[in-house]
Amino acid sequence: MRPITPFLWTLFGAGGTIAALLFPVHLVLSGLAFPLGALEAPSYDFLYGLVRHPVTRLYLLVVITLPLFHWAHRFRYTLYDVLQLKHLYRLIAVLCYSAALLGSAVAAYTVWHIP
Amino acid sequence: MSPGTQYTPYHPKWYRHRVSVWWWLQNRSYVYFVLRELTSVFVGLWALLLLWQLRALVQGPEAYAHFLAQMRRPFFVALNGVGLLFILFHTITWFNLAPKAMVVRVGGKRVPDWTIAGLNYIAWVLLSVAVAAVLLRG
Repeated sequence: MRPITPFLWTLFGAGGTIAALLFPVHLVLSGLAFPLGALEAPSYDFLYGLVRHPVTRLYLLVVITLPLFHWAHRFRYTLYDVLQLKHLYRLIAVLCYSAALLGSAVAAYTVWHIP
Repeated sequence: MSPGTQYTPYHPKWYRHRVSVWWWLQNRSYVYFVLRELTSVFVGLWALLLLWQLRALVQGPEAYAHFLAQMRRPFFVALNGVGLLFILFHTITWFNLAPKAMVVRVGGKRVPDWTIAGLNYIAWVLLSVAVAAVLLRG
């Protein structure tokens, strides 16, 4: 664990910054305003065209994967400190980062295989 | 949360003072700390919701309509409402801590904390407007 800690810390920081900058606007629009009809939702064809663009694919990959690693790192320490599970140190670390890796793999596959 | 934190291995035979898992309720600043740490749960959830939205879009118009219908259900409205509060809490605490995590010097002088935090807030507004402008065009 020790040698890759600075690397995991960097992912935590990058993911935290991405989430802080971009999640509020996505949550307000795609999570609340569009589904509830407060603002006119973009058409399916427009969104599909947008998502196919290479820049959007890269954007989505970054916006999904880095915050997952932010979650993995911070939640791991929340379990150690708040729930006092320090004796499960290794198990919790493996579970958290594996979950983030799995989500990232699904995101990468999806972004790569947009028809 | 600091990268240098050392955890001793678990020794069941050693005496350890038992502390309730609700230890953080005793003090307002502990509650603040734990709520801040719990923002990561909503960050992770929203990364997954974005992934779900993307996969629905790729699968076709029906799958995407299903995604939108799910977001209208009371469960997801509540989840997103609470999630927005936690995400905003994350954003604000993150920007306010940024000057402490990243000390920037220009010409040998330390850039003041409020400048670094302020630049983060400006970037937040600009990026939010940009994302909204793109999505509202459709």
